Amino acid sequence: MISQPPDERTQRLIDPSVLDRIQSEVDSDLVVLFMNGTPVFPLCGPSAQGAQILGLLGVRYKAIDVTVDPSLRLAIRDFSNWPTLPQLYVKGQFIGGNDVMRQMLENGDLQALFMRHAIPMLD
Amino acid sequence: MMQAEEIVKLIAEALPDAHVEVEDLRGDGDHYAVTVESHSFGGMSLADQHRMIFAALQGRVGGLLKGMTLTTRVIEDDRS
Repeated sequence: MISQPPDERTQRLIDPSVLDRIQSEVDSDLVVLFMNGTPVFPLCGPSAQGAQILGLLGVRYKAIDVTVDPSLRLAIRDFSNWPTLPQLYVKGQFIGGNDVMRQMLENGDLQALFMRHAIPMLD
Repeated sequence: MMQAEEIVKLIAEALPDAHVEVEDLRGDGDHYAVTVESHSFGGMSLADQHRMIFAALQGRVGGLLKGMTLTTRVIEDDRS
C-alpha cells in the first residue's frame, strides 16, 4: 500500500476488503472496541482509558488490536471518519473515541446507552 | 508540535462564537487539554462535536497533534 501522508484531503488507497472486514467485526458483537494493544496490555494512553472505562462499567466487549494488522490501522480512520484510536461501536454504531467515552461516562450517557440496548453492566 | 495559540486560532476560525481553553498539560507542547464551548454544538452528538474540532484542526489530530484531550460542551442559549 502506498504510504500516504495522514492528510484527510488526499484520497487514500484503502483496500475495500479491509473495510468489509472492519464491518464484520463491528457487527460481530454488541460492544466492540478497536484499540492499540489489548485491554490487558494497552499500547497507548487513550486505548488504555477506553478499555478502563468499559471495565469500570463491567461491560463485556470484544477488543480488537489494530496493531496486529497495519492495514486495519489506516482503514479504520476512513471507516468511521475518526482520526484516532480507540474507537467504540455499540450495536454496530460508531460512538466515539476515549474523550467521547469519558464525557459520556461523566454525564451518565454511556450507562444510559448500554441500558437502552439492554447491555448488562456490573452494578 | 503545535503551539496553544495556533490551536485556539484554528478553532476560533471554524467556530467564531466558541469559547476555547487550551491547557498545556506537560509543558511539552504535545499534550494539550482542549475545552470548547459553542452554541453550534446544539443538537449534535458528542462524536460530531469532536469531529467539528478535528476538522477545524485540519487533519492534525492523530498526526502532528497526538496527545490532545478534547472536551466539548454546548452553550445553551439562556446561559449566554
